[in-house]
Amino acid sequence: MKLVSALAAVAILTAIGLAGGSSGGLQSLFGIWVPYAAVAVFIGGIVLQVVRWAKSPVPFRIPTTCGQQRALPWIKNDSLEAPHTTGAVLGRMFLEVFCFRSLFRNTRMKIVGGNAAYGSSKWLWLGALAFHYAFFVILIRHLRFFLEPVPGLISAMDKADSFFQIGLPPVYQTDAVILAALAFLLLRRLLEPQVRYISFASDYFPLVLIGAIATTGALMRYFVRVDVTAIKQLAMGLATFSPAVPQGVGALFFAHLLLVCALLAYFPFSKLLHAPGVFLSPTRNLANTSREVRHINPWNPPVKVHTYEEWEEEFHVPMAKAGFPLEKEYKE
Amino acid sequence: MATPKPQELVNTIKPAPPATEWMDTPVDLRPGTFCYAGKPKFVEYLGFPFPREWRPQDEDWKLPPNWKEIILEGIRDRLLRFRSFHLFMDICVRCGACADKCHFFIGSGDPKNMPVLRAELMRSIYRREFTQAGRIFGKLAGARELTPEVIKEWYQYFYQCTECRRCSVFCPYGIDTAEVTMMGRELMHLIGVNINWILEPAANCFRVGNHLGITPHAFKGSIEGLVDDVETATGIRVNPTFNRKGAEILFVTPSADAFAAPAIFTLMGYMLLFHQIGLDYTFSAYNSEGGNFGLFTSNEMMKRLNAKMYAESKRLGVKWILGGECGHMWRVVHQYMDTMNGPANHLEVPRSPVTGTVFEHAKSTKMVHICEFTADLIRNNKLTLDPSRNDKYKVTFHDSCNTARGMGMMEEPRYIINKVMNPANFHEMPENTIREQTFCCGSGSGLNTDELMEMRMRGGFPRGNALKHVVDKHGVNLMACICAIDKATLSSLVDYWVPGTEIGGVHELLGNALVLDGEPERTQNLRGEPLKED
Repeated sequence: MKLVSALAAVAILTAIGLAGGSSGGLQSLFGIWVPYAAVAVFIGGIVLQVVRWAKSPVPFRIPTTCGQQRALPWIKNDSLEAPHTTGAVLGRMFLEVFCFRSLFRNTRMKIVGGNAAYGSSKWLWLGALAFHYAFFVILIRHLRFFLEPVPGLISAMDKADSFFQIGLPPVYQTDAVILAALAFLLLRRLLEPQVRYISFASDYFPLVLIGAIATTGALMRYFVRVDVTAIKQLAMGLATFSPAVPQGVGALFFAHLLLVCALLAYFPFSKLLHAPGVFLSPTRNLANTSREVRHINPWNPPVKVHTYEEWEEEFHVPMAKAGFPLEKEYKE
Repeated sequence: MATPKPQELVNTIKPAPPATEWMDTPVDLRPGTFCYAGKPKFVEYLGFPFPREWRPQDEDWKLPPNWKEIILEGIRDRLLRFRSFHLFMDICVRCGACADKCHFFIGSGDPKNMPVLRAELMRSIYRREFTQAGRIFGKLAGARELTPEVIKEWYQYFYQCTECRRCSVFCPYGIDTAEVTMMGRELMHLIGVNINWILEPAANCFRVGNHLGITPHAFKGSIEGLVDDVETATGIRVNPTFNRKGAEILFVTPSADAFAAPAIFTLMGYMLLFHQIGLDYTFSAYNSEGGNFGLFTSNEMMKRLNAKMYAESKRLGVKWILGGECGHMWRVVHQYMDTMNGPANHLEVPRSPVTGTVFEHAKSTKMVHICEFTADLIRNNKLTLDPSRNDKYKVTFHDSCNTARGMGMMEEPRYIINKVMNPANFHEMPENTIREQTFCCGSGSGLNTDELMEMRMRGGFPRGNALKHVVDKHGVNLMACICAIDKATLSSLVDYWVPGTEIGGVHELLGNALVLDGEPERTQNLRGEPLKED
């Protein structure tokens, strides 16, 4: 049911895109205004979210230490898992953001014959990494539509991505990888009982949406001929703020574009916020120097404590009899 | 209801989630799986609101009429005060990597014990009340109404979380469900929903100084009793002092070390060590508890209880503070104390009077962990040790959650253990169950209460199971640890899962091995047992 509503939402978006693209009158709405609005919502939304998070202070220094602390000089500090310096924190964050370090640790627990057994489980890590890197390369590749002349680096990336292909048009490996990774992530959500149980429609929706974006993109490249020159003209116009919709941009392209816009606009209001959020995570981005450096809590509240004087007052007599040193003189 | 036998319990671990979706699955408050409500006198004493008689199993929890506004206002307030809380509400992608990392989930199979779902119990309310997507799309976006049923669910599951942070190690964004649990508990306190086994110890800590409410003279008497035991075991009379002004070092340890086996043997070990090196230290009866039960209630209560450490060190005029084997105390000392109750400018940067080592890593808090202190002594050859005195033990080491994942102390205790016994007799448990991946005792964060025994044994299953592995494989007969709650609760855990295994402290093993100046030949260990089996 949750998957069905996600599918339905994406199907409706695709249909709207197709319809908008084939009716001449709406092309400037779908080709110009919707993309501008989506980018504005994307950037504005993310900035707003990050500002909201940043406004809440980190009152305490709470890194999750996943390795040996730095304490005694002859015991080796695991600087990437319990970082002690800013450099080490950057190293830890680099591994987290670019290599998905924590996910790499993943294990799987099974109860076998009354005992818990733990095995390495790297599939989620691999699927997530494949998806994110393929997405990243595809994103960079698309810059060739927005830049003239196309920078050498992007052309080179383009070539490398289609390296294994003989014949025309070259098939991008990343297209295959992203679709495979999305299928894996979706199937995992559907087939693993525990993961299915925790999934909402809002977990299926981005997977299906990105899948539809990749599919419409691949369709245009390999199966339905589209006027690439016209599309580049449109993209360049958008990028240079002199937008115009040229003749010959097909309906399928408008569907692709609307889905991309939907993703952009959806981003700041969804779990996709994990992308900017990971940089702010206080369990990962702080050095484990809590005893070495004083950390300030901006709202550190005054509290009522039980003072020594109040305490001695209450236990004065038995303490005197037990021979404790006392602040106040004891009188029988 | 009696706790099921180990095999029965394993057989009841649910393999698959229920057919109904979690939002439509009502909470099942079944005896053995929830804690009793806070008694009004303790709620009142600590100044928490809405003290009243109520029972979790009752239909009506007698919530205050405006309970919903109080909770929502409480959430709003905490979103603004804790970035961790705010961020963790927004960025979870429900990938499920944390799911099978929680000891309560492993031992129960209850999907609401998956860290992700435990946090969703809170996130669903956050989305409904604080996000546009949740307001518009409701259930599709994982949002739901705040109802009394939700509070019951929070009560059940935020008190089936020991704040051990194991899930946080595996989360790709470092989401720490312990932070969510802490907020959940704070929020429930606002409407007078709390558990007695945290409030009564917290009230005792506040008023008397330790969680059991042992009066100052009884505290002193108890330690003096252990002085006699030390003399019986070693022939040496140690001479601890209490509330002594002008001592160089204030020694703070969990009160369990003074009162309950097996923790008392650890305290005997400390005293022997201090005697041997001639340490100028004092106990304080005012600050006779290192453990901080405030951590399990609210940020403010944690600060109120923690304040005694710096206050007492100031009053006594000591140079620095040494801390005993404890889990939560060290989480609080390491991550919170200096921020809450510092700066400790009345103290000096800790320096070992024996080796001269300056503990630079503690130069702001001015508090050193006993394992750091002792490891430094051994490394500098300041102690004479006879490892053969621990020959009857085959040992494994249980990292406590807080020192491992909240501090990063993993090597120091192992270094000591390997010097005070024959290293050939030391065996690690499987690697997915130690160090940063260590499993909780299942009873931390104030859940060490008998009415929760079934859940405690379920939560303790992964630890018990890993221990059983080394017991079967290597004949391990003692699990050493450096946490007082561990010492208290692992004993019931091993009685249940791995009968016949002992629990001991690192400094108990040290106390056994320590060769004291002028001591007669030792024939028994600190437990009063013969050193060698015949």
